[in-house]
Amino acid sequence: MRYWLIDCYTPHLKIVKLGLKTKASMLFNNVIVLSLNGVSQMNNLKQLRHYLLLPMLLFCQTASADFSFWNLRKGVTEISREVYDLHMLIFYICCVIGVIVFGAMIVSMILHRKSLGVKPATFHESTKLEVAWTIIPIVILIGMAVPATSTLRDMYEPGEPDLDVEVRGYQWKWQYTYLNDDPAKEIQFISALRTPQDEIQNRAGKGEHYLLDVDNPLVVPINKRIRFLITSNDVIHSFWVPDFAVKKDAIPGFVHESWAIVEEPGVYRGQCAELCGKDHGFMPIVVHAMEQEDYDNWVLEKQEEAAKVFEIVGKSWSTDELIEKGEEVYARNCVACHQTNGQGIPPAFPSLVGQGIPVGPIAEHIDILLYGRAGTAMQAFGQQLNAAEIAAVVTYTRNAWGNNMQDSVQPKEINVMMASQ
Amino acid sequence: MNAVVEEHHDDHHDHGPAKGITRWLYTTNHKDIGTLYLWFSFAMFFVGGICALGIRAELFQPGLQIVQPELFNQLTTMHGLIMVFGAVMPAFVGLANWLVPMMIGAPDMALPRMNNYSFWILPFAFGMLISTFFMEGGAPNYGWTFYAPLSTEYAPPSVTFFIFAVHLMGISSIMGSINVIVTILNMRAPGMTLMQMPLFVWTWLITAYLLIAVMPVLAGVVTMMLMDIHFGTAFFSAAGGGDPVLFQHVFWFFGHPEVYIMILPAFGVVSAIIPTFARKKLFGYDSMVYATASIAFLSFIVWAHHMFTVGIPLAGELYFMYATMVIAVPTGVKVFNWVATMWQGSMTFETPMLFAIAFVILFTIGGFSGLMLSIVPADFQYHDTYFVVAHFHYVLVPGSIFSIMAAVYYWLPKWTGNMYDETLGKTHFWLSFIGVNVTFFPQHFIGLAGMPRRIPDYALQFADWNMISSCGAFLFGFSQLLFLFIILKCIRGGQKATERVWDGAKGLEWTIPSPAPYHTFSTPPKDMAEAHG
Ligand code: HEM
Ligand SMILES: [Cu+2]
Repeated sequence: MRYWLIDCYTPHLKIVKLGLKTKASMLFNNVIVLSLNGVSQMNNLKQLRHYLLLPMLLFCQTASADFSFWNLRKGVTEISREVYDLHMLIFYICCVIGVIVFGAMIVSMILHRKSLGVKPATFHESTKLEVAWTIIPIVILIGMAVPATSTLRDMYEPGEPDLDVEVRGYQWKWQYTYLNDDPAKEIQFISALRTPQDEIQNRAGKGEHYLLDVDNPLVVPINKRIRFLITSNDVIHSFWVPDFAVKKDAIPGFVHESWAIVEEPGVYRGQCAELCGKDHGFMPIVVHAMEQEDYDNWVLEKQEEAAKVFEIVGKSWSTDELIEKGEEVYARNCVACHQTNGQGIPPAFPSLVGQGIPVGPIAEHIDILLYGRAGTAMQAFGQQLNAAEIAAVVTYTRNAWGNNMQDSVQPKEINVMMASQ
Repeated sequence: MNAVVEEHHDDHHDHGPAKGITRWLYTTNHKDIGTLYLWFSFAMFFVGGICALGIRAELFQPGLQIVQPELFNQLTTMHGLIMVFGAVMPAFVGLANWLVPMMIGAPDMALPRMNNYSFWILPFAFGMLISTFFMEGGAPNYGWTFYAPLSTEYAPPSVTFFIFAVHLMGISSIMGSINVIVTILNMRAPGMTLMQMPLFVWTWLITAYLLIAVMPVLAGVVTMMLMDIHFGTAFFSAAGGGDPVLFQHVFWFFGHPEVYIMILPAFGVVSAIIPTFARKKLFGYDSMVYATASIAFLSFIVWAHHMFTVGIPLAGELYFMYATMVIAVPTGVKVFNWVATMWQGSMTFETPMLFAIAFVILFTIGGFSGLMLSIVPADFQYHDTYFVVAHFHYVLVPGSIFSIMAAVYYWLPKWTGNMYDETLGKTHFWLSFIGVNVTFFPQHFIGLAGMPRRIPDYALQFADWNMISSCGAFLFGFSQLLFLFIILKCIRGGQKATERVWDGAKGLEWTIPSPAPYHTFSTPPKDMAEAHG
């Protein structure tokens, strides 16, 4: 039984079923705490009981849970389990040393007090002792280094990948590309935070996967060796999926690799682990691992979608269609910096209203969208959005918030510009 | 060797300080400068503390309530920079100024004028740094480790002021360390050999060498940033053929010794306090000196343990793992020596001793987590999570900062001539002790459970521990107002302190009257048996 120990006294979360009067055995096996959106805060009595229960729950958790909120996760790969065991081993060794050292201090503090009339001893060196407490730690350290080395070697073990995924960090989202010898079959998409601003700004109750939910999760088959080729387009990010024990920095100009063989189907959540600017806390990673069959279906679906996009880009759009689509694109890609009202957060994120590029020549407008502006957070969206999306968002921003430029651009034209570069 | 001391022999050695503000502006007196450093550091401790409370207030609950992400990043960055360069380092320089000459029987620091400069640079450096909060684009927001290219191409315009401020801090530190080294090597009282120096002097001597070795590296890295930002070079820009990882190598070549710069003098303080209150000589003086020296040496060859995830080849990872693990050996020797000093002593538990014992225990906990972090495969999971935050706060807050507090309580009677209020002191200790642990212990859990560091908002499963941690932070923060009150009260009066102050205290500083006269040891002391306990 997997645990769902969700914070129980945060507003909007409520314990639906928690065996408060249960026997210990129940605590060990299936404490079910569900979260519901928008349910009012739980009453004080329950809260109090929860506080009392908390330490107990925590304690029980270590026994069996694979999801913990006070310890590392065992995860779902052989490597992640090895790492977990290593972590526990070192931890226990530290505990033993701690008990000895702190024990000696406590005994000393109790027995060797002036108030008990103790006369101080006069010894102040002992070569034997000092050699002993140099040698013994060295031996212990070697004992730690051996398993650590072997786990690390396993992690670095080269192997034939079954699937290559390029992971590319952007401020503040991820792009996944399923490399394929046939470029037409390559799947590529952007994966960004799905949690609505209303939840973040406390205007709505927080959902179950608050901040750990994305629009397009990375999808992988189980029991296959997946190689992640990790890089970045702007600043340094770090790709981290705790359940795979994979953490590798995404560094512009470098491609690093890491790999995982996921053993269980499921949804695994992680976050960017290197400070990458304003929304560093808001670029989660979600990996959806599924059976090969389901994965194959997903791939087909994705490829069909790509074909559809091809079609869409080819057709002629009305201005209203462009604006409608553009608003959607803007909300997903632009609001983080330029804000919903287009006013931005100057000077880092300039306003788009009534000034600058959106009310200047349209060619420049398209150019900055496609290629970004070096040295600023304005990215080259040509690599992230398709031609229809670019055309739509350009048209939208030129006509929103009273900009009223009355002009528009067709996806086809964008395509031509992209191809000519 | 000691000619300086002999010559500086005048017969009006109790002439007092100048009057008014010029006393502080122009002073070349090591005690005045020590006082200036300590007050400056205390002020910065509060400024950095306010940043920290801003951070913890935001993290009290999930969701964004108090500060938005832009400001949050500025707060974490400025908190780290101010605490490291403004609070901890100047406090130790202040202690060195007050204590080193008194401990080695010297009349003053060797280069008093430079001593004045090295202090007075600091208010300008930090004034400038703090003023960036009010600039367009805000204060530095790229973390105290300011990784490129976030701190170059993507930085707010204030980064140039940050670079200048770092240069000034570096100049100040280098001048300060030259002074410490010259003083210790040349101005010891006749007959005092190196191996007779108190450990605080030893640890500072070694720290000063570390500073001289690595501050230029820091200056180098910020200069490279400056060139990248303003002069078209591409040291750290991949697009221009540069290497963002180079930044991290250079930074951590400074950064790892830097963390030892913040802890070695603390070792010295604790090695002075524990023997006093155990009424027993420090166990293993020689091995303490060698352990300090080996830690200092090792600190130069482990820097990449901060970079295990940047994609280092297997051999490199293994080397840096082993080298880092080795540091645990001399560190362990120190801890065992302190415990052996307490063993069969005749202990009393005045405030300085409480802080010193808490130091040993909590610093050791920080050492354990350090050891865990050195294990590369496990570090992949810990790196850049709250586990690392817990680790370095355990070594820096109940480590460095507790040792500074212990030192203040221990030597305050010597500085002011009055005893501090022991009841209040103990209250301050217990509030701080509880506050620190409630703040930082849960951060181990938050980190292991998977919360990255430097994020303004977090997933719901981290909520409980964060709330507890924030409560602890406010308790710790506000307890420091009590510390301020205790110090002010002690300066204004109190039970008169004797020369010796503590009945088990050993060392030259305890042979002069309390408060220490404006000029001391104009004639060098004779009795070297007193010098090292
Ligand atoms: C037994 C001794 C120690 C060991 C083995 C050790 C090991 C480590 C390791 C491996 C890291 C990198 C963790 C990561 O980012 O993934 C680290 C971080 C850190 N350590 Fe230690 N450490 C020790 C003692 C200390 C001491 C004495 C200090 C300072 C007083 C210190 C201060 C720091 C700081 C400030 C960081 C984090 C820097 C940052 O990323 O912001 N450590 N330590
Ligand atoms: Cu380090």
